[in-house]
Amino acid sequence: MAILANSDTKVMVQGITGREAASFTKDMQEYGTKVVSGVTPGKKGQSVYSVPVFDTVAQAMAHEAADAAIISVPPLMVKEAALESLMNGIKLLVIVTERVPRRDTVELLELARQKQATVIGPNTLGLISPGMVKLGMAGGPVEDVKKAYMPGKVGIASRSGGMTTEIANLLTTNGIGQSTCISVGGDPVVGSNFLDLAERFNQDPDTEAMVIFSEPGGVIEEKLAQWVMDNQVSMPIVAFIAGRFVDDMPGMRFGHAATIVEGEKGSTKSKIKVLESSGIKVAHAFSDIVTILRDVL
Amino acid sequence: MRLLEHEAKQILKKRGIPVPEGKAFAAGQELTFSPPAVLKAQIPMGGRGKAGGILTAQTTQEMQKHFEHLLATPIRDYTATKILIEQPIVLRQEFYLAITYDTAAKLPVAIFSPQGGVDIEALAKEDPGAVVQMHFSPLRRFPSFMGRELVARAGVTGKLLIQLGRLFARLADVFLDYDATLAEINPLGLSTDGRLVALDCHLDVDDDALPRQPEVAPIEKEQGRFSGGREVSDFERRAQEIDSMDHRGVAGRVIEFPGNLGLIIGGGGASLTAFDAVRQHGGQPANYCEIGGNPSVFKVTELTKHILSKPGVKKIAVIMNVVSNTRVDLVARGVIKGILESGLDPARTVAVFRVPGAWEQEGFRLLDKYGVPYCDRTVSIDQAAGRAVSSASVN
Repeated sequence: MAILANSDTKVMVQGITGREAASFTKDMQEYGTKVVSGVTPGKKGQSVYSVPVFDTVAQAMAHEAADAAIISVPPLMVKEAALESLMNGIKLLVIVTERVPRRDTVELLELARQKQATVIGPNTLGLISPGMVKLGMAGGPVEDVKKAYMPGKVGIASRSGGMTTEIANLLTTNGIGQSTCISVGGDPVVGSNFLDLAERFNQDPDTEAMVIFSEPGGVIEEKLAQWVMDNQVSMPIVAFIAGRFVDDMPGMRFGHAATIVEGEKGSTKSKIKVLESSGIKVAHAFSDIVTILRDVL
Repeated sequence: MRLLEHEAKQILKKRGIPVPEGKAFAAGQELTFSPPAVLKAQIPMGGRGKAGGILTAQTTQEMQKHFEHLLATPIRDYTATKILIEQPIVLRQEFYLAITYDTAAKLPVAIFSPQGGVDIEALAKEDPGAVVQMHFSPLRRFPSFMGRELVARAGVTGKLLIQLGRLFARLADVFLDYDATLAEINPLGLSTDGRLVALDCHLDVDDDALPRQPEVAPIEKEQGRFSGGREVSDFERRAQEIDSMDHRGVAGRVIEFPGNLGLIIGGGGASLTAFDAVRQHGGQPANYCEIGGNPSVFKVTELTKHILSKPGVKKIAVIMNVVSNTRVDLVARGVIKGILESGLDPARTVAVFRVPGAWEQEGFRLLDKYGVPYCDRTVSIDQAAGRAVSSASVN
């Protein structure tokens, strides 16, 4: 029914005593996520919404082994926090912190590859497998998540956190449920991009189609299109590319750090062309996502 | 942040990458330099040579004349405040060296071409064999042997292979140590007397790493520093002031457009979606913006007033994705207040209000009270944009 996480996933929150982390810890618990521990160096013995806080990841793991760590610590401390979790055997990291230096992201991703761990983010709102689990801030409080998300067979991967919920809401409104919905993160380099997630969704027996929400900048759509053609992927993929007007404004950065067009590279026009040539369906109006999904499901 | 050529060259020099003898001068400074000289306008843009930003001088008088000319002439829309004056070097060959991130591979990549001084992307398209590249581990870095291996693939051998390998390793160290997102030497010249010299270079430093780059960070704060790719309009400047008046939430990235439909849209992805949708429906946006987080009522009020103060703007569309962090009622209150303070009627001024999510019941009640047309989450962003455009075309 889901990729990456399910109702059995045990979760640790690094930086749990922070305001934002405490708030999404509560939201996660109310949604049914098993939050087993929190880590904030120097704050051992405290608790956040009954979740015990430890000084180190090793202590937290000795208390109860976690499968996933959500990292919400200041930007320059993210790399160390990630290393600490990876060295302690955690296989899924969700990095919600924004403004992580790119070198740190790339370094921690290299270690994650060595440890065969999966990273979502940085700069992600997290992920939701509707009805099962929610990691991070995605969707907000439980009553809001329940309005926007519903269990089903469509996977969502979105560069924008807000649009992850918006797409889920569009599908839910039209009676189409979701398997797992992932905010991939707004940085130029993220741990799991559209291609990585498409591979996972394609192997998930319970996901029948995938929706991606993309923005100007980067070349990952080209790689995705190439993968679809090389492997004759039969899972239907529907793409929506926002920010067509940005094509005329090279060099300007919009909402996310990655949203910048350099010359032809990363323009929405070139993305749409390459996606369509591979057989991926591009929704030209946002609501068309539903029409296309109804056709392919 | 893109460093200017003379700033980047200081760093290269410090790290053992030879650069031409030279010095940067500002207006009014005495030119303590003996010709012959190459004068280069310091702007944060490529393509300077073709645009007339690089001049050579044989005499002191000519040098002075070029200096003043370059300070007075916009080049590729930028007016330089400093001119780098360097000794000319006679070259036998030019190379291209760069390190950047391959965002899809999630690794740094070293790029080399034995044909320097050209537009590398155009060259890669025309003659793919002329450009070679190699990914490397940020943890193991890019030692000289990898540099040698890379340039060898492009047919380089002999003493040059050793020199280039060493230089590439130093460039990779600069790239990693200075948290660059691009470190490019183009061209790297081979002088007639066999020396390698970085004639021009481009260093982009990751803005997110500036807090740990004490050597580079102060440069950003320098007066008259170039920023962004285009001139900021008065309308945009005023919007920035509004955003910085209150630290709560974001009501920012306002960009002016020539249309008549004011937009209060957010967050990032939804703003891009809503803006496109307005245009696809034939609407003429007066502005782009991104609101997000939880902006105060004050901030939304001021932004609303500001957008309505733009000549020709009679209507405003308020469109956001389903929100969980932002409070619908606070956005509604701010918009209504801004319209009232502009002396207008909220019921006639809001073309559409489509912000579903947290505290929506409270928001909808408020909108009802003022007769403002709104829609709930069952109306999609593009449908809401369509409604806004038809409403704007009515009067």
